[in-house]
Amino acid sequence: MDKFFTAVRLQEDLCKGCINCIKRCPTQAIRVRKGKAVITKEFCIDCGECIRICPHHAKLAVYDPISILNNYEYTVALPAPALYGQFNNLEDVNIVLTALKKFGFDDVYEVSGAAEVVSALSRKYIEEHQEDLPLISTACPSVVRLIRVRFPNLIEHLLPIKAPVDVAASLARERAMKDTGLPGDKIGIIFISPCPAKVSAVKDPLGYEKSDVDGVLAIKDIYPRLLSLMKEVEEKREVEDLAISGKIGISWGGTGGEAGGLLTDNYLAADGIENVIRVLEDLEDQKFSALEFIELNACNGGCVGGVLTVENPFVAKVKLKRLRKYMPVACNHLPQAKVKDWEWTEGVTYEPVFKLGLNMKESIERLAKVEELCEKFPGLDCGSCGAPTCKALAEDVVRGIAGEQDCIHILRQYIHKLSGEISKLDN
Amino acid sequence: MSQQIELKYNISADDFTRAGEASSDVKSKLKQMGVSPESVRKVAIAMYEGEINMVIHAHGGEIKVTISPEEILMVLKDKGPGIPDIDLAMQAGYSTAPDKVRSLGFGAGMGLPNMKKYSDEMNIETELGIGTTVTMSVKLQ
Repeated sequence: MDKFFTAVRLQEDLCKGCINCIKRCPTQAIRVRKGKAVITKEFCIDCGECIRICPHHAKLAVYDPISILNNYEYTVALPAPALYGQFNNLEDVNIVLTALKKFGFDDVYEVSGAAEVVSALSRKYIEEHQEDLPLISTACPSVVRLIRVRFPNLIEHLLPIKAPVDVAASLARERAMKDTGLPGDKIGIIFISPCPAKVSAVKDPLGYEKSDVDGVLAIKDIYPRLLSLMKEVEEKREVEDLAISGKIGISWGGTGGEAGGLLTDNYLAADGIENVIRVLEDLEDQKFSALEFIELNACNGGCVGGVLTVENPFVAKVKLKRLRKYMPVACNHLPQAKVKDWEWTEGVTYEPVFKLGLNMKESIERLAKVEELCEKFPGLDCGSCGAPTCKALAEDVVRGIAGEQDCIHILRQYIHKLSGEISKLDN
Repeated sequence: MSQQIELKYNISADDFTRAGEASSDVKSKLKQMGVSPESVRKVAIAMYEGEINMVIHAHGGEIKVTISPEEILMVLKDKGPGIPDIDLAMQAGYSTAPDKVRSLGFGAGMGLPNMKKYSDEMNIETELGIGTTVTMSVKLQ
């Protein structure tokens, strides 16, 4: 598998070559070249910011079509907790779960149920690894990918436990095999996702070799039909008892939910990719002491803010809060789960993709050249060259992928000079 | 071509919102140069502590960072009040930071001890009423 897989794509005919996405990208992964946005996939962390900002809807996330259900004899839906925040006046999670079965799935397995298992395992892990504190949450794949390319010193702080969706997938397949007698490969485990980062995490997981998820659907794709099915389920009073989670599991859908499940006050929770970067920078400088846990979510509001959701993230968070009010704290259905059964099986390796040169000597030369170019460029960060900042253009120039005269201000000076010389010749 | 590069930063006095900007810039440049994560960490922390010290105690100053394949040399020069007793200042937990500074979470008395801990060599030249120059080096090989 390509270790730099990204789930973000450009639909070229819609791209006007404006500078919205290059400016928004937190890792400066996008350039406009020949009038079209180009993503450097090594830099991309799948945060979805470019999809969110593009006024022409030219940025897309790749995920599976609903027809993927036809590829399997038996399918299980794994709804993300963020899904429950999309509906008005939802009183009972079972309405959503039953509607998912009507939608075409043979069974459902709440990711929030597995999240409670992960919460319990995390509590155990933290207790047993006091020397590694603070531990950083690994549930948001964008955050893990960001740390992999930009924060090498923080890799050792990553909580090495599988994400709830992957725990849910394994448990769901096990259950389906037992219930149906089918071999594992005839069973389709389909995640209903709030974000494209999960698509990459399934195709190319970090921390373990293979994800048990077979397909990923977008919340926004199933939303309209699910809504009408929910109405039908309620009217016909067909609601089945399928829910397996309590407050802790449901809360994972919004910022602070995962940390809250650790039952400690000694945590920090930040959301929004720019805020996440600030926290990681400070963490790297060891500015926080005595924190046990750092929860980070790339999207504003947490998973409810994912780019494949429908509802405003802050409204969705309120809805989750209301929904969980009368739930039990937790319904952990796997109280005997052991950390070692759900631990990462491989380490995450630092990928220095932003390196300027092949070795120190070359890097020093190139950095000197970057500094020199930055002095020369106007410092307007106008984006007209296709790079997000003058510094980014300078780096592109020393990397040999852009030219100085891509800067329209430098080009203008050059033309002035030329026209001056031509008029001298005329005279 | 030169085998080293020199970066210069002016540190403004009493501006806590900007404190840490210089060390953060150096940190990102070192990562771009492929310096080992461990050395980046040492430089980032040592320089950050020094930078904060300049803001808190010394009315700002100037930092010069010289990067070569062998070492990263940081020279932090200020025209502050000077350090009356270096041994005392080097003690972990000793601080003369005013309450205003402490209320921001700074001034725990770990500045100089951390600078010494995270650099491979450190030298302090100080004269009361004239200023202080701290030279720190992190070896790369």
